[in-house]
Amino acid sequence: MYEIRAKTMTAADGVKPVVDLQAATVRFCGDSGDGMQLAGTQLTNTSALAGNDVATFPDYPAEIRAPRGTKAGVSGFQIHFAADKIFTPGDQVDALVAMNAAALATNLQDLVPHGILIANEDGFGKRDLELAGYQQNPLEDGSLAAYQLHRVGMTRLTREAVKSSGLSTKEADRCRNFFAMGLVFWLYDRSLEPTERFILEKFGRRPAIAEANRTALRAGYNYGITTEAIARRFAVGPADLPPGRYRNITGNLALAWGLMAAAERSGCPLFYGTYPITPASDILHELARRKNFGARTFQAEDEIAAVTSVIGAAFGGAMGVTGTSGPGVSLKSEAIGLAVMTELPMLVINVQRAGPSTGLPTKTEQADLFQTLYGRHGECPLPVLAARSPADCFDVALEAWRIATGYMTPVVILSDAHVANGSEPWRIPKLDELPKIEVTHPGPSDGEPFLPYARDERLSRPWAIPGTPGLMHRIGGLETQDPTGAVSYDPANHERMVKLRGSKIAGIARDIPPQAVEGPQSGALLLLTWGGTYGAAATAVRQLWKEGASVAHAHLRHLNPFPANLGELVKRYRRVLVAELNSGQLRTLVRARFLVDAAGLNKITGRPFAVAEIASAMRLELDQQNVKGRGRMPKVE
Amino acid sequence: MKTEPRTPYPEPFTMTTDSAIDQLKLSAGDYASNQEVRWCPGCGDYAILAQMKKTMAALGVPRENIVFVSGIGCSSRFPYYMNTYGIHSIHGRAPAIATGLKIMRPELFVWVITGDGDGLSIGGNHLIHAIRRNLDINIVLFNNRIYGLTKGQYSPTSPLAKVTKSSPMGSIDNPLNILSVAVGCEATFVARTVDVNTKHLGMCLERAADHRGTSFIEVYQNCVVFNDGAFDYATDRKLKSDAILELEHGKPMIFGKDRQKGIRLVGMEPEVVTLGEGVSEGDLLVHDEAAKEPSLAYFLSRMHYPDFPEPIGVFRAVDRPKYDELLNRQIDEAVEAQGAGDLDRLLSSGETWTVGQAEP
Repeated sequence: MYEIRAKTMTAADGVKPVVDLQAATVRFCGDSGDGMQLAGTQLTNTSALAGNDVATFPDYPAEIRAPRGTKAGVSGFQIHFAADKIFTPGDQVDALVAMNAAALATNLQDLVPHGILIANEDGFGKRDLELAGYQQNPLEDGSLAAYQLHRVGMTRLTREAVKSSGLSTKEADRCRNFFAMGLVFWLYDRSLEPTERFILEKFGRRPAIAEANRTALRAGYNYGITTEAIARRFAVGPADLPPGRYRNITGNLALAWGLMAAAERSGCPLFYGTYPITPASDILHELARRKNFGARTFQAEDEIAAVTSVIGAAFGGAMGVTGTSGPGVSLKSEAIGLAVMTELPMLVINVQRAGPSTGLPTKTEQADLFQTLYGRHGECPLPVLAARSPADCFDVALEAWRIATGYMTPVVILSDAHVANGSEPWRIPKLDELPKIEVTHPGPSDGEPFLPYARDERLSRPWAIPGTPGLMHRIGGLETQDPTGAVSYDPANHERMVKLRGSKIAGIARDIPPQAVEGPQSGALLLLTWGGTYGAAATAVRQLWKEGASVAHAHLRHLNPFPANLGELVKRYRRVLVAELNSGQLRTLVRARFLVDAAGLNKITGRPFAVAEIASAMRLELDQQNVKGRGRMPKVE
Repeated sequence: MKTEPRTPYPEPFTMTTDSAIDQLKLSAGDYASNQEVRWCPGCGDYAILAQMKKTMAALGVPRENIVFVSGIGCSSRFPYYMNTYGIHSIHGRAPAIATGLKIMRPELFVWVITGDGDGLSIGGNHLIHAIRRNLDINIVLFNNRIYGLTKGQYSPTSPLAKVTKSSPMGSIDNPLNILSVAVGCEATFVARTVDVNTKHLGMCLERAADHRGTSFIEVYQNCVVFNDGAFDYATDRKLKSDAILELEHGKPMIFGKDRQKGIRLVGMEPEVVTLGEGVSEGDLLVHDEAAKEPSLAYFLSRMHYPDFPEPIGVFRAVDRPKYDELLNRQIDEAVEAQGAGDLDRLLSSGETWTVGQAEP
């Protein structure tokens, strides 16, 4: 579907034709020290600035610097940029830039047939080939004949280009990623200007390095112009996004800013108590540098101190938030129980990664849903929300804090490694357009004894804070007498309090939007998803619509309580397919709660769903229904 | 060190002006909550509770500005019995809860009540980190050298060979020397006192309250049910004069029924000497609670009965920047340097682009 357009020729552009594309997917991969994340980020920002919709997938090893040249040390960054609305970083890549043999060996399987393969031939020496497990050089043995292979001596060319800069060979080699960027920027008709601006900002204080990087970038771009080997270049036009001002944003940044916005809209000062853990630490890094916004961060001695410091801050009237990943949640569980028992508002962020135990710490998974819902002793319910995409993290933070303060309860926000590190364009909201979060603290009293567990119509208790005369009270982990808050061992009181706490959380269903469905409101198949799988699921559903299939998609933000209409909704379809990155946790819940024979599509590889995986699972479901003689349901109601 | 931190809640409370106390006119009884105290009859905790209420009344701190935070254990029931704000939390975590509270509400008067199991076993990590950060909080550790609430297992401070339900052949756990740990974390205020020595206990609580930074007090506390008499040497009228050395700043270390004995330094080791036998007061070690280096306090923390008299009183009281103040000062400095944050500007900072009509 290429459309070759005649482009005004300039000396710099050369005479090569430009092919217009609707979308392109590019992956940079190399050693973890090769600067691939930087290369990917620059192409992302440049594409976003050019008006494309973008979705990204950074994929890096757990080791900061695994042995050079090994497969374990390969780091990649995938960018999908498009002239349409897109939801995922793409299943396969149109162009692959491989900086060495190990990167090629671990990434080639994702390159489309006849795709563009740019290989740094200087990364295919004898040792590189050995480490990558190649018996012979794939660049020379004809095994890559199915691809458009371009061998570029990037190390050599970069050294040559920056020779006059006076940098050592080691330093010169660090500019290699800019050469690769330059070549890809030429290939996709991207402007060098944002990257040149970035170089100036980042390396401005070291002029020699800044100049060398700029030179390497230009050298890569010019190589594209002059090389005989690459005959065509490509262009992806701007996407038709809703009007507004946009920026590119990662999930962790959106969460951090969402917390700051929630603090501002509620008037509660922000306290972030945390312990560093992959992939959540970037939230801490962002908030730690926002002190002029009044954001107070506390890097605690461990996960337990992090969450309990938040309980202390919450008792004091602050917006207390702790962020972590699965292992950290395990350690925090007892304290989260205390927050449930004392009915204090606070947020617990779980940026999920593949478990159990240390698992795959930099890879994604959705396997902490059960832990979040049931991973505490006693009857210990709390609200759970999951973000569906990087930008969605911002809205989820605000919604979670609204619920926490409205119902005096800890709330868990589920993100995951894929959402946290991925990025997408985000229409920047105006602060005063965001919902205001009403928070009240009872004022001084000198009369009636204060009842800390007196409840309002939502069953929420008052948030009385120290410093308020007349409201002195004690809270704690021992069962409390309703409504005085005194310690109580009365059996009937315990049952009553367990039920009150449960009803309070269940009642939130009345205060959240009913579950929406994309596609037909009833029929053959409902795809049910939650969290970071939204993009792949939404894209797959759209593919099936194009094929004329009757499929609907419901994507859950609220995992506890479920939207009030969910039980009725899932029964309107002959089949419910629950796609999730675990062995069937939401599916188990849906089956148990609604007595629906839901099927599952499950993946536990540490990687997000490919669109094709969800699409073929849906096709299979529909085909099975056809076999049973029920026919396809193209009719859209 | 003079700038007061900006806090989201203005009007920090002031302590100890006589006129304020008069105005408040609260007695010790006003600090008692309406809860029935449920420690075993004869428990040392009663004496500490009584003294704490007296100290609060003497200091004249409004009840609403006081927060007691505790973990789990007999001692940790303490907050329920004080008519102040309080959190009875989970095992070992009180110092971390107090940290979050104090960071956000530096104007509050925050006390942590803990025990030898709560503070040194399950919560040891939080204790050492709270102390090294030097938040302006007061930590009182009730040391009864036994697990009381779980009915009598040995604790981290139980002596070797202690026979308990969980150590029928005698404990083989080398006991933890609490004050050595506190001094090792460079605590800025370290004291030891005894539950029934009410005057001395009151003095230590007041000194802790006055101290700016983390105050750490170990209280020898008798568990009448599971470890009765563990501190007889420190409370028995006949024994204590020879078994206890009462520290006084600037004074030579003298003890004994007739104040005949003293502590002298021989090389790096302490030695018990008798005054008059060729030894004069001038030869004795002089206590200096303000010594810059913690060596003396550490040395004192190593003295144990019966080889030595055990020191009580203020081991160390020095000044060091406080975490809560430093943290809140960074907020002020950031505001001063960058201006108060404007979220709309932040969200639109960096690389952005406009789709459709340009915004007004």
